[in-house]
Amino acid sequence: MKCLVTGGNVKVLGKAVHSLSRIGDELYLEPLEDGLSLRTVNSSRSAYACFLFAPLFFQQYQAATPGQDPLRCKILMKSFLSVFRSLAMLEKTVEKCCISLSGRSSRLVVQLHCRYGVRKTHNLSFQDCESLQAVFDPALCPHVLRAPARVLGEAVLPFPPALAEVTLGIGRGRRVILRSYQEEEADSTAKAMVTEMSIGEEDFQQLQAQEGVAITFCLKEFRGLLSFAESANLSLSVYFDAPGRPAIFAIEDTLLDGHFVLATLSEPDPHSQDLRSSELQRPAPQLQAHSTPHLDDFAADDIDSYMIAMETTVGSEASRALPSDSLSPGLQALCSPGPDSEEEEDDTEPSTVPGTPPPKKFRSLFFGSILAPTHSPQGPSPVLAEDSEGEG
Amino acid sequence: MKFRAKIVDGACLNHFTRVSNMIAKLAKTCTLRISPDKLNFILSDKVANGGVSMWCELEQENFFSEFQMEGVSAQNNEIYLELTSENLSRALKTAQNARSLKIKLTNKHFPCLTVSIELLSLSSSNRIVTHDIPVKVIPRKLWKDLQEPTVPEADVSIYLPALKTMKSVVEKMKNISNHLVNCKILNLQIIEANLNGELNLKIETELVCITTHFKDLGNPPLASENTSQDGNSEQMAEVQIDIRKLLQFLAGQQVNPTKATCNIVSNKIVHFDLLHEDASLQYFIPALS
Repeated sequence: MKCLVTGGNVKVLGKAVHSLSRIGDELYLEPLEDGLSLRTVNSSRSAYACFLFAPLFFQQYQAATPGQDPLRCKILMKSFLSVFRSLAMLEKTVEKCCISLSGRSSRLVVQLHCRYGVRKTHNLSFQDCESLQAVFDPALCPHVLRAPARVLGEAVLPFPPALAEVTLGIGRGRRVILRSYQEEEADSTAKAMVTEMSIGEEDFQQLQAQEGVAITFCLKEFRGLLSFAESANLSLSVYFDAPGRPAIFAIEDTLLDGHFVLATLSEPDPHSQDLRSSELQRPAPQLQAHSTPHLDDFAADDIDSYMIAMETTVGSEASRALPSDSLSPGLQALCSPGPDSEEEEDDTEPSTVPGTPPPKKFRSLFFGSILAPTHSPQGPSPVLAEDSEGEG
Repeated sequence: MKFRAKIVDGACLNHFTRVSNMIAKLAKTCTLRISPDKLNFILSDKVANGGVSMWCELEQENFFSEFQMEGVSAQNNEIYLELTSENLSRALKTAQNARSLKIKLTNKHFPCLTVSIELLSLSSSNRIVTHDIPVKVIPRKLWKDLQEPTVPEADVSIYLPALKTMKSVVEKMKNISNHLVNCKILNLQIIEANLNGELNLKIETELVCITTHFKDLGNPPLASENTSQDGNSEQMAEVQIDIRKLLQFLAGQQVNPTKATCNIVSNKIVHFDLLHEDASLQYFIPALS
């Protein structure tokens, strides 16, 4: 395999490596007929990412030495990332980048041709490997959401960097809602601030999902793809299904495409339910009135609904003085089992019992074929290789 | 108990953000006191934690275009909430170019101070960010611990030099000052001042003694009159405090106040009184014995 990247594309490649490095520790490099594929998976196998750079992305692209099977390799993310560590340096000094892989030398060679004739050569050792292939199909996901990466980038900006997971859903008036996901039960002592971002439908290029659907996924990986998509000024599509089913985040261009597949929390947790219930538990007239954009009208707020029902003169501790069932009954029924509903229904997970820390239920089901039969040189399934351009 | 308020003016929003950033730097958790015309951020540390206390006061009219509150009762028309100050400052950070900001006391599984921000965006759409800051409502019997501290009768009262200058001096002293005495780390900062407009910042270790002298700072008129009969205006009033507390106070000041006074009660306490355009801050650091 031999390929040559020039000009601004070197930085694009570098950016892609940066976003992959947020996910996995190993990078799978696979030269295919329809382009160079870079893939990774995280250690718990709950997140998978791949970029496919079309042959047109390169000035020169040769998947395999004629007459030979294309090689595949697995390298340490750390060592490959170090080649592209400084994006500013790549942009300023690197004129072209040559990546070659030959079975004879057992080295992946990355050469950076810099200004003033400086040439940096990185010889990276690699391991042979099977093709890393997640099984996913965006077409099977009933819900689709597409927006310029900038819109989604601004939407995740208010969330703290340390936040692990975020819930994405469709709220009242078909507004797209992002909310910080909290692991703790509400009655634990250390409560974190909950942030919610609500964006109007008009900022989205496509919104194919009904009100009330929601998924929870990891923010770090999402931010990784977002920063790549933002720098390339692309639109990002999110394909998702019921909670627990993997969500697919995709960007597509004529020269490259990227797919991140992230596990989603399988359990409709109290908070994401809350997102739905608080948005959906409104009387019908309000739902019908969504043709006029519903602003949170300050003057029209019913102040009593926000009243804190609390007696501060008695009770040794404020939090204890707060009746735990001071929520409106309608909400409570949906949000948490009340004190008198101990007998839970069969389909309710036992972990919704207050006080029990909910186990995280990220699944890594989508790697069914990871140990596929050894001889599968034909590369990815048609799904992964789906390309807006066909033969490039 | 009800509270809601709204800011629409960008300058007011900036000022409010600045105050909340300052509070976040000064105190990890603080008490927010809401009364019909004032907001107070209060810190009253336990003696074990150093005994620092803070009293920050804002006139609500200077910030809010709408302000409604209903306290515990007609006689006690106040609300006391305990919150993590960083949460508030982080919430306000997202309001940098907001069209409006609303603060409400809400109940979402637990009491919250809900900050709801309507963002400006280029398109016609509107975006709303909502932050639910968990709060603890403080029962009335604990209110008495959270009253405005009485300003002690000062031995010397003096205007402070530029806080930035003070900060850089104290920062450098701090590196030298923490030394071991009898297996105990001391972080002593000596502040002394007299009625002749002189202020000294001092540290002393076994090896070195460093003093920074500030001159011609001026003394507030009241304090000078009270003690002038004592005669000697050169007489220094001295207090030894934890240098880390002083540095924390100085680091929290991003904007130079219109007036900054330091009151020293010898060997007891030092009281800083800062007057900003629309907020005032009092900060008390007790002496280390």
